[in-house]
Amino acid sequence: MKLRGLIPLFGFIVLVGAFAFALTRDPRILPSELIEKPFPEFALENLEESQTLDASLLDGQVSLVNVFGSWCVACTVEHPQLIAQRNNPKLQLIGIDWRDTREAAGRWLIRHGNPYDAVIFDPNSKLIVELGVTGAPESFIVDKDGKIRYKHVGIITPEVWTDTLRPIVESLQ
Amino acid sequence: MRWILIFWFGLASSAFAQTSPEEQRARDIGAQLRCVVCQNQSIEESDAQLAQDMRLVVREQIAGGATDDAVIAYIRESYGDYVLLKPPVQSNTYVLWFLPALLVLLSLAWFVFRPKRREVSSSIDLLTEEDEALLKSLMEDGA
Repeated sequence: MKLRGLIPLFGFIVLVGAFAFALTRDPRILPSELIEKPFPEFALENLEESQTLDASLLDGQVSLVNVFGSWCVACTVEHPQLIAQRNNPKLQLIGIDWRDTREAAGRWLIRHGNPYDAVIFDPNSKLIVELGVTGAPESFIVDKDGKIRYKHVGIITPEVWTDTLRPIVESLQ
Repeated sequence: MRWILIFWFGLASSAFAQTSPEEQRARDIGAQLRCVVCQNQSIEESDAQLAQDMRLVVREQIAGGATDDAVIAYIRESYGDYVLLKPPVQSNTYVLWFLPALLVLLSLAWFVFRPKRREVSSSIDLLTEEDEALLKSLMEDGA
C-alpha cells in the first residue's frame, strides 16, 4: 500500500529524464531527408556569370558542397578548413553562394581566399530550398554518382573535418 | 453608425475579392508549412528571409500547375515531416496522436471500475461496558 504513494514521484522522475534527454538535442538541427538521394537537379549561373551550372558538375568526383554567403559570419570561421583542402585532388569543392550579390561575394572570396572549384550563385534560395538547408554554413558530401552521402549543419571545425568529414570522403574514393 | 458598418464590411469584402484563387491557395498551403528557421510560425506568418523564399517556391509550384498536395510533398521532400505544422498520422506519431485519447479512456475505465472503498463500520466498540456506564452517569449528572 505504501508504494502507491510513490507513483507521482516515479512519474516525476520519468518526466525529468525525458526533459534531460531532450535538452541534449539541438532542435535547430533537422535530420536530412536527402541522405542517400541524388543531388537535386538545378540550373543556375556560376558566381562569375560565365556559365550555367547543373547537377552534372558533381559526376565522377567526390564533392563537398558548401553553403556560404558574404553575410555569413560563421562561414569565415570554417573557411580556413576549406582553404586547406583547396589543392586536395580527391575532393571537389563546390560553393553555393546564398542570398548574396555577386559583388559582395566576389570581394569576400578575394579577402578570405577562394577554395572553390566552382561557385553556384543562388540569390533566391532555389537550390537552397531543394536541399532543405535552414542556415549557413551547411555542407553536403556528394559521392561520385552524384548521391548525397552526408550533411553537416554548422561550422566545419578542424575536429569535424578530421573526425567526421575526412573519413567519409576517403571511404568514398 | 449602421452606415459606417456597412461601408466598412463592404471595404473588407472587396479586399477579400482581390485575392486571386491561386494566391488564396498559396496562402492556405503556406499556413500549413513551418518556417524552418523560426520553428513556431508558418511560412505565411514569418518575416524570415528563408520563409519569403519558400513562399515564392510555393507560388512557383502553383503557377507550374501543381496540386496542393504536390506542392506540400515537394517541400516535404527536402525538409522532411518537420516542415508540416500538423504532424501526419504515421507509425512514429501514433504515440502523439493516440496517447491522450488512450489516457482519457483508461482514467474513465478506472473511474467506473475502481474498487469500492470499504464502508466504515459504524459499530466500532471503542468503549468498554464500564466506560459506557461511566459516561452515562457523567452525562446524567451534568444534565
